[in-house]
Amino acid sequence: MWKWLHPYAKPERSYQLAGKLLPWFVVLTIVTFVIGLLWGLLFAPADYQQGDSFRIIYIHVPAAMMAMGAYASMAIAAFVALVWQIRLAEMTVAATAPVGAVFTFIALFTGAAWGKPMWGAWWVWDARLTSELILLFVYLGIIALYNAFSDKILAGRAASILTLVGVINLPVIHYSVVWWNTLHQGATISKFDKPSMAVEMLWPLLIMIVAFAALLGALTLMRFRNEILTRESHRPWVRQLVLNNIKMTGKN
Amino acid sequence: MAFNSLADFFAMGGYGFYVWLAYGISFLGLLVLIINTLIKRKKILKAVNQRIAREERIKKAKNREGML
Repeated sequence: MWKWLHPYAKPERSYQLAGKLLPWFVVLTIVTFVIGLLWGLLFAPADYQQGDSFRIIYIHVPAAMMAMGAYASMAIAAFVALVWQIRLAEMTVAATAPVGAVFTFIALFTGAAWGKPMWGAWWVWDARLTSELILLFVYLGIIALYNAFSDKILAGRAASILTLVGVINLPVIHYSVVWWNTLHQGATISKFDKPSMAVEMLWPLLIMIVAFAALLGALTLMRFRNEILTRESHRPWVRQLVLNNIKMTGKN
Repeated sequence: MAFNSLADFFAMGGYGFYVWLAYGISFLGLLVLIINTLIKRKKILKAVNQRIAREERIKKAKNREGML
């Protein structure tokens, strides 16, 4: 049943598959970013309490959601890498971590820029904010650990283990607004109920969530391809790829 | 449209600084990440290319030695 999947354990096949998927992700990213930003910044009505400052959510919420989504997918890849010893899964972990780290930083920074006018403070040690900050440190830890070993097989294993340890933080972030009396507001759209948000504001937000998801996909694919090339740089197929590249572009 | 003029749009109802700060830093961060990813790819390909060229030179030098 899963036989069709087997050839993709070969780095060359995975590299080609990632290359085929990449243009679709890039196009989807550009289209959804343009539509989502224009809609969110120009056409969505101002909030009756927060005025136009609420427009920050069009990057804050998608970045925060995808920062956690990236971590969840990394954790799955790390599990696969450790249990079935699949090197490509380790490369996925290494490829995703920097993207997740930047998304987490964006979520924290945009949250601060919104918090200053709305709460009156750039930062408070609220459970949601603190757990999100820990997520950023976990991301940085994974990246640092992966780069600390010159032996990439060891590096991949160590980074995978740390990724799995850090999973404990995901439910803490998600339920922080429920478990503790936080200043950060509760869920608006990710709950089993009607979203408590006007449709004119909700649509651009949903489009921006797709945009960040597509961007996460595109960047992960690009970095995944980089990882494969680095680790396989001595293989004949990479050599052939570089030679073909020279032939196509005509420069040395 | 939610704004009447371009100045209105940039002012963001008085929250201009915070809104544009958030958007500016976010896109700067994404841009750095994208450029970093592209540069990495170029560097890897260049390194492989240089190794191929080096191997060719060694091969040529060995051939020349054989002829002498």
